[in-house]
Amino acid sequence: MNWTRKDLLALGDLTADEITLILDTAAGFKVVGQRRLKKVPSLRGKTLVNLFVEASTRTRTSFELAAVRLSADVVNITASSSSLAKGESLKDTAKNLEALAADLIVLRHSAAGAAQFLAERLRAGVINAGDGSHEHPTQGLLDVFTIRERLGRVAGVKVGIVGDIRFSRVARSNIQALTKLGAEVTLIGPPTLVPREFERTGVRITHRLDDVLGELDVINLLRIQHERQKAGYFPGTGEYATLFGLNAARAERLKPEALVMHPGPIHRGVELDGSVADGPHSVILDQVTNGLAVRMAVLYLCGAVPTEAKG
Amino acid sequence: MNSSVNIRGGRVVDPASSRDELGDVFIVDGKFSPAPAAGAVEVEARGLVVCPGFIDMHVHLREPGQGAKETIETGTRAAAAGGFTSVLAMPNTNPVADHPGIIAWMAERAAAVGAVNVYLSGAITVGSEGGQLASIGAMSAAGIVAVTDDGRCVQSHDVMLRAAEYCGMFGLPLLDHCQDASLAGPEAVMHQGYWSTLLGLPGWPRMAEEIIVARNAFLAEATGTPIHCQHLTSAGSVRLLREARARGIPLSGEVCPHHIALTDESLKDYDTNFKMNPPLREEADIDALLQGIADGTIDILATDHAPHAPYEKEVEFAAAPFGIVGLETAVGLFCHLLLHCHGVVDLPKLVAMLTVNPARLLGLNRGTLALGAAADVTLLDPDLEWVVDKASFVSKGRNTPFHGWKLQGRAVRTIVGGRTVWKNKV
Repeated sequence: MNWTRKDLLALGDLTADEITLILDTAAGFKVVGQRRLKKVPSLRGKTLVNLFVEASTRTRTSFELAAVRLSADVVNITASSSSLAKGESLKDTAKNLEALAADLIVLRHSAAGAAQFLAERLRAGVINAGDGSHEHPTQGLLDVFTIRERLGRVAGVKVGIVGDIRFSRVARSNIQALTKLGAEVTLIGPPTLVPREFERTGVRITHRLDDVLGELDVINLLRIQHERQKAGYFPGTGEYATLFGLNAARAERLKPEALVMHPGPIHRGVELDGSVADGPHSVILDQVTNGLAVRMAVLYLCGAVPTEAKG
Repeated sequence: MNSSVNIRGGRVVDPASSRDELGDVFIVDGKFSPAPAAGAVEVEARGLVVCPGFIDMHVHLREPGQGAKETIETGTRAAAAGGFTSVLAMPNTNPVADHPGIIAWMAERAAAVGAVNVYLSGAITVGSEGGQLASIGAMSAAGIVAVTDDGRCVQSHDVMLRAAEYCGMFGLPLLDHCQDASLAGPEAVMHQGYWSTLLGLPGWPRMAEEIIVARNAFLAEATGTPIHCQHLTSAGSVRLLREARARGIPLSGEVCPHHIALTDESLKDYDTNFKMNPPLREEADIDALLQGIADGTIDILATDHAPHAPYEKEVEFAAAPFGIVGLETAVGLFCHLLLHCHGVVDLPKLVAMLTVNPARLLGLNRGTLALGAAADVTLLDPDLEWVVDKASFVSKGRNTPFHGWKLQGRAVRTIVGGRTVWKNKV
């Protein structure tokens, strides 16, 4: 199949075949990343702008490194250094970037739909690096890539996603990719953080981690943020850790081959104990490595679509 | 200018007098008259419905203070183009219309530039901040016909109770944007449901509206002051309103076109023209609203015309203001949806919901073709097919979710006090 999208906005937009194409392309780039000479000329002469209107270090660095390895020229813009901080609208900022002939814009923004907003208004390709609580497609792709690489398949794999599902773009992108590729997804957390409406996406919901722990092939733990506690979504991190934290005792009940994943940064002792994060089940650093390959694949595919072809 | 008109040969529908027959309507010097006047403008109305002028009791004219969105002049011209002869202006202007000086200024401005009759509402509380009562008596003397903190529901039940008691002294109805602020927090931008969950947008649940509808039923019952629940959206609100009215409580409700035309699924592309407050809800809510219209629980139709400048709406979804324009699409949508698509009302009932019903609630001597009443007439072609084109809007606002919609039914001529203020070009 051929890739025809200039943008990657949400995994909810993609077919299973398109997701598989990205994963296969990423597998090729992962091999490239293991060579002595890691750079390929795919995007030579193209300009990529990392427009980060919300703080991020690891995702921005990963995109930057991916672009550099594809030989693109990279500019990083963060909210504090851009006109956005002075009250310029996102639309005007983007139009200015386009006037400077940027070919690809990687956008991280606190507003859901911000990437789609830009994509509808620009000839340049737009890659969503996280839009509010909506999606974080490259994170979803790298998680699925890691599962496929480790377990050899995605269909039929039992994946538990634990924690702050309500506000998590990582969870939404994972749910989209995993259900499209045939995994069995269970969302785990308190009802305040796991809205029942998610059931319509084809996932199962439970509020008792211990009931399902032993049957999971993958457990993906989301970061628990203190702001949610202040807003009354759960009483405290201690109670949360007791009910939903993956500690050493719980880790012993995991299947021997089960994978422990986390999108980072980890709150050690809350959603995940340090010994488990660094233990034999953990593939957390694989996720980081695979993120680079997946982002190279996405930039490569979207960057190859002629921008004139935009509808 | 001649304000005498002979309207001949139309289907005359005047719900206030239960009149529905082919006939003529005569206007002499701006008043309805039993006989034609010599030299009057002749209007051929065969094939059209001759109605009392339509009244929209929920309009944001944006003046003073927000002229980039709309002005009294452009807003009333949009009303005329949409078939409305009277509008009730909401007080959430800048500054808020919470004292008689602003009311007098608005009235003066409306008299000077208004294309249709402009009625004014005053704020319930100072600055619509929900605390101290605004000078309702002085505003009543300055001519307001209702009080409301539209857009900012009074959260304190105690303050709302005092407001209802106090308004009783002046015979003023309270209009309420029913919304519990703790359930509809500052982050919330849409209906809370499957689509908000999928889109990652914070939503607010139906109960935010329903809890306040229930509150208002208690307050209206206790005080006897009419309380009108603006732009209802939810099945639960309809049920509460039905129960309250069955018990004789002076509680009423209105419905806007968008809440029966669209659901929350429309937001899936983050188009800010679908962002409104209260929000688009679900099919089951639309069904309940239609049922409420069919059985008379809801007896008033309104637009919540809320114009915004393009640069305000063309931003990230969370940052965009709530609201859409409605004056120039409402009559078409109501005819299309209520008469033709769902068939929940007949023509006289539809006309009543746009004329005599709001007139009675607000105490206006309008909304009827009765002899001696101010001669406002809307000529309606309930079968005319047309396509919504936002570029053709008279309003400054272009923020409509209905661009390109094919509708059946349209006002073709608008007459205010015997003067034609708008005529369809077709």
